Amino acid sequence: MEVSSTREAYGQTLVSLGKENPDVVVLDADLSKSTRTVYFAREFPQRFFECGIAEQNMMGIAAGLAACGKIVFASSFAVFATARCFDQLRMSIAQPRLNVKVVATHGGVTVGEDGFSHQAIEDLALACSLPGFTVVVPADATETAQVIRVAAGTPGPFYIRLSRQSTLRVHSNGYQFVLGKAVSLRQGFDAAIIATGVMVPVALDAAKSLSLHGIECRVLNMPTLKPLDAEAVILAAQETGAIVTAEEHLQQGGLGSRVAQVVVQNQPVPMAFVALHDAYTHSGKPEELLDLHELTPAGIEKAVRSILLKKR
Amino acid sequence: MVGQTADRDLEQIAKALRRHIITMIAEAGGGHPGGSLSAVELVTSLYFRVLRHRPSEPRWSDRDRFILSKGHAAPLLYAVLAECGYFPVEELATLRKLGSRLQGHTDRTSTPGVEMSSGSLGQGLSFGIGTALAARLNSQGYRVYVLLGGGECDEGQVWEAAMAAAHFKLDNLVAIVDHNQQQIDGWNADVMNIEPLTEKWRAFGWEVIDINGHDFHQILNAFEKAERVKGRPTVVIAHTVKGKGVSFMENNLEFHGTAPTPEQAKAALEELA
Repeated sequence: MEVSSTREAYGQTLVSLGKENPDVVVLDADLSKSTRTVYFAREFPQRFFECGIAEQNMMGIAAGLAACGKIVFASSFAVFATARCFDQLRMSIAQPRLNVKVVATHGGVTVGEDGFSHQAIEDLALACSLPGFTVVVPADATETAQVIRVAAGTPGPFYIRLSRQSTLRVHSNGYQFVLGKAVSLRQGFDAAIIATGVMVPVALDAAKSLSLHGIECRVLNMPTLKPLDAEAVILAAQETGAIVTAEEHLQQGGLGSRVAQVVVQNQPVPMAFVALHDAYTHSGKPEELLDLHELTPAGIEKAVRSILLKKR
Repeated sequence: MVGQTADRDLEQIAKALRRHIITMIAEAGGGHPGGSLSAVELVTSLYFRVLRHRPSEPRWSDRDRFILSKGHAAPLLYAVLAECGYFPVEELATLRKLGSRLQGHTDRTSTPGVEMSSGSLGQGLSFGIGTALAARLNSQGYRVYVLLGGGECDEGQVWEAAMAAAHFKLDNLVAIVDHNQQQIDGWNADVMNIEPLTEKWRAFGWEVIDINGHDFHQILNAFEKAERVKGRPTVVIAHTVKGKGVSFMENNLEFHGTAPTPEQAKAALEELA
């Protein structure tokens, strides 16, 4: 499978957006080489604002620019872009529904060796809790490029979570991202695996492997966590009777929680959650950490098998 | 250019704002009189002499911006906006009530003329920087004024913003510190000493103007001087008295965030008659 980098796609898409629309401005907090906003900074130095190591101030500046009609992209690592300045996101951006796109890279444990300080595992819970915010986790570079374009063209605050690691490519070039819609990647009626971000190719692997054992899983890529595609979730529950969610985030407050709310209110079926469980983790290679926390095809297979036993 | 009532007597307007503040907070049974009263002359000067604004067109894109960072002084902002004609003066009586456009702390989404939702302190100057940068990007000549509380300067974000505004050389940005020396838990000096404030701002690269924040002449001179400063932002440190204008509220911590009783309101309004 071809490899793709979501943050690389972000940086490149920003440059093309910058060419098309003079109202696009970009902010970063001393991480522009890592977040790839540096490409925009080189092309459009007048419209790039380096805010230094001061994320709270950056979010306020972003809000002020957005209040004056700018389409603002503000970037940092996911952990700093959310936890560090949650009140600024809340007061300055979410409540007034300003047009700020917080694009955070280095989400999840695949940040790896930097350790828990840099591993954002609560960011989706935080972002999803903010009224007015749209929350998106693209699975690959193709999807990222489209998500960034859609965000630029959709008024209001966005939180978009990208990765440090390159990920396997999920979508072909002809792929069309639709905000708020799940993408069906594989059909099946025994169980549904709903995955987001880096867990999407992992879910596909798991489904392939289960298929060898006669278990056919539906695989849904759920790039938009908020607003969630409730229709697709309900249909998956109705047609398969069992749902496993997979995300590189804490079990609470992310994809699993959001899917579960839809399921219990509309079509209760057994569910299992492939995610991190109420603990911070350690330094290590990304693959080692994914293994440790069973964010793997085997981990998803295990979850699917466990849920099938509970299926009526 | 300026509000249509620009030639009104500033002293008289200030007195009217103080009466509104007392009346509306008493009616609401809650709110922050002390820090609203301390900044009356500052805000009066801005809205009736300094700002280019159009009360009938609150989001006119070339307007000068006034950003109330100390959001608990919302009654002061509502009073001046009403006096300018952004909304009817009678609406002030709805402060803090369900369904009102006048929220307990400022809300950009509900009140005409309010630039920023505030109430969580320390965020206004950052917003002001974004606003001032947009003016530069758009080649617009508007100026941005941000009112901060003295106690608010405890917040680290204020100093992140102070550093950034100087870094970006924002000479279209003016910070005003309503330095009334008090915060909820007591005198600044006892709660968290922020002195030497003048030297701090200067060290951050700002032009600093120290004034008596109740003296119209000094206030207007300060804003005029700020307009001539090039290449760096200006901060006006306005030395003020909390609860100014009502004898029993002056420097009285009780009135930081407590409404006057009906009797106290009556006595205050008599003083302000």
